[in-house]
Amino acid sequence: MNIFKKTIFSVLFSLLVMGNVYADKIRIGTEGAYPPWNSKDESGKLIGFEVELAWTLCRYIGKQCTIVEQDWDGMIPALIMRKFDAIMAGMSITAERQKAISFSQGYADEVASLAVMKGSSLEGLDTPAGINLTKPDAAAKKALKTLTAALAGKTVCVQTATIHQNFLDSGDVGKVNVRTYKTQDEVNLDLASGRCDAALAAAVAFSDYAEKSGKPVVLTGPTFSGGAFGNGVGVGIRKDDTELLKAFNNAIDKARKNGDISRIATKWFGFDASM
Amino acid sequence: MDFELMINSFPKLLNAVVVTLKLLSVSLIVGLFIGLLFAILRLNKNIFINKFAYGYSYLFRGTPLLVQIFIIYYGLGNFIGNNEYLKSSFIWVILKEPYWCAIIAFALNTGAYTSEILRSAFQTIKPGIIEAGESLGISNKIIFYKIQIPIAIRQSLPAYGNEIILMMKGTSLASTVTLMDLTGVAKYIISTTFKPIEVFIVAGGIYLFMTFVIHNVVKFLEKKYSFN
Amino acid sequence: MELLAFGDTGWGDELFRATLMTIAVSITAMIIGFSFAAIFTPLKLSKYKSLNLVANIYTTVIRGVPELLVIYLFFFGGSGAIMFVASMFGYNEYIEINAFVTGSFAIGIISGAYSTEVFRGAIQSIDRGQFEAAKVLGFSRFKQFYKIILPQMLRLAIPNLSNVWQITLKDTSLISVTGLVEIMRQSYIAAGSTRDPLFFYSFAAVLYLLLTFLSMKLINKLEVKYSRGY
Repeated sequence: MNIFKKTIFSVLFSLLVMGNVYADKIRIGTEGAYPPWNSKDESGKLIGFEVELAWTLCRYIGKQCTIVEQDWDGMIPALIMRKFDAIMAGMSITAERQKAISFSQGYADEVASLAVMKGSSLEGLDTPAGINLTKPDAAAKKALKTLTAALAGKTVCVQTATIHQNFLDSGDVGKVNVRTYKTQDEVNLDLASGRCDAALAAAVAFSDYAEKSGKPVVLTGPTFSGGAFGNGVGVGIRKDDTELLKAFNNAIDKARKNGDISRIATKWFGFDASM
Repeated sequence: MDFELMINSFPKLLNAVVVTLKLLSVSLIVGLFIGLLFAILRLNKNIFINKFAYGYSYLFRGTPLLVQIFIIYYGLGNFIGNNEYLKSSFIWVILKEPYWCAIIAFALNTGAYTSEILRSAFQTIKPGIIEAGESLGISNKIIFYKIQIPIAIRQSLPAYGNEIILMMKGTSLASTVTLMDLTGVAKYIISTTFKPIEVFIVAGGIYLFMTFVIHNVVKFLEKKYSFN
Repeated sequence: MELLAFGDTGWGDELFRATLMTIAVSITAMIIGFSFAAIFTPLKLSKYKSLNLVANIYTTVIRGVPELLVIYLFFFGGSGAIMFVASMFGYNEYIEINAFVTGSFAIGIISGAYSTEVFRGAIQSIDRGQFEAAKVLGFSRFKQFYKIILPQMLRLAIPNLSNVWQITLKDTSLISVTGLVEIMRQSYIAAGSTRDPLFFYSFAAVLYLLLTFLSMKLINKLEVKYSRGY
């Protein structure tokens, strides 16, 4: 009996300890499902702009890093619960998120865009090429009106907990039927199948999908920036972790000065998305 | 613990209960018919019909509900949505909607379990009861519909009550196919507040209350229709 | 079929590893569930109302709340709770729990609630005379339990435990949300990457069917073995 008891206890104990005690390593959380920012290759390895940038930044910080995979919808809660120490997951710096966590300076910027399937009635909307929502000018306001009329009663699909969802919920384009998905992959699938009339995400996410799948996905309407779309993409860090924040800010400075960020960005996006 | 958030999210979550209950009741009604049909097929002497019914129940009981929903929503949805011919058919009118995809998955799933519950109930009916009907000169059909089915349903009540609760919990997976049920709304609130524990505790409390109500209603029915 | 090739080009080896992971998590969760049952079954059968209450809260809450919520709560709150307990023992460092342990515990807690009910039912259906006979023979309480009650309980419990096993096995599909790469997660990744969800989710279904089929065969054998002599 004693042996029996002992084995059970030792097994339970070893299980608990198997979760190794947090070493002096920076753990960076990423989604691995948002190409070209971050994704996975066929062998399950994490790849993408931010994965490569993360290794570079860690070199500048001079510490060892591990990259942890985390579903997007739990990204900020997981950071707060200390499952990792930094987020690099194409996360835009927004006022709403800054209530919960801190952000480093931005390292890259993305514009958002609506996408539809070729032949959709939403194709070729009469709007400027791009609008900034931080202080919308007359043209931007007119574009929002055009969009409000065009999207009325339509189903627009977005990934959950994104700036794109926030924008549609803000009412700037009136009452649209918003459908939220766990990943951008799922948004793309339902856009292609026709379940969604349109989808809203980073413009590069759609061009990446169109290229890889060969589906006739086209961008429509203006590209969006500013306002609900935030001010670039930065590293998310816990509010009390000021030292790590400083370290990342310095590393980004150095990487920018040495041209690392624009080099890596050009490699993954096809254009220089760095900032 | 952010108690203010818990209190504020309560009415929003309560609103979403309507969607959960709608999903549950429609799936249960459709599933009950499917279950009854397949339970009867299981009792059929024809080996092919019998095996077919067994295969259905084995398939749906042997795989996770999440996989079933994903096959129907993303699998079939992607297949049919990218097929010009099928896309113009009636199937797409239904499968295009996340609501119907969820209902189909839930109904087929609960139908499989219900068929097992009813089958075993049919088999435990004492032959004497059927013989009594026969000796009274009642036709086989009437014996089946008026005697065997009501007895089987009464026999199944406790097990079926469990199935209702399992299905109620299962509806939480509707949130994985974009539906805004109780879990879907909980996730939505978390997407802007970043506080999963508080919101899931409130949502969990509401689910628990629903379990409690279902449990007691079934108990009441059991008492009311007891044989003694 | 090339989608299932082994090596860098296909998903065969990834799915194979994921299947092993599903098996490992299911078995670990089942064992954790048994440990929970070993604690809560005696509480359920205790003559003290307060102990009954504790056990009833455990089984009622866990069985009355969707598995997905239990898993989410454990995933986000689990390490916090453990750190809180550790801090009571004066340990204040961060404790990292890996995905396997998180997943197994989350499923184990659920599995344990069902196992508890099964064991309670089994013990209650043992003939009272057996308990009395054990006493008359002058066995110690310990011996009473291990020599007389436990073997009978196991025999009575096996059919229902096979149900618990099936529930546990299928519930592991839900821990894909914690990031552990088991069958569901791997299929999800493959479906996203290849844009062929029908194929990969159907294949996942086949894998689960295979696992339930094989494990039921095994359990049936056990059942025959343990019901010998009856």
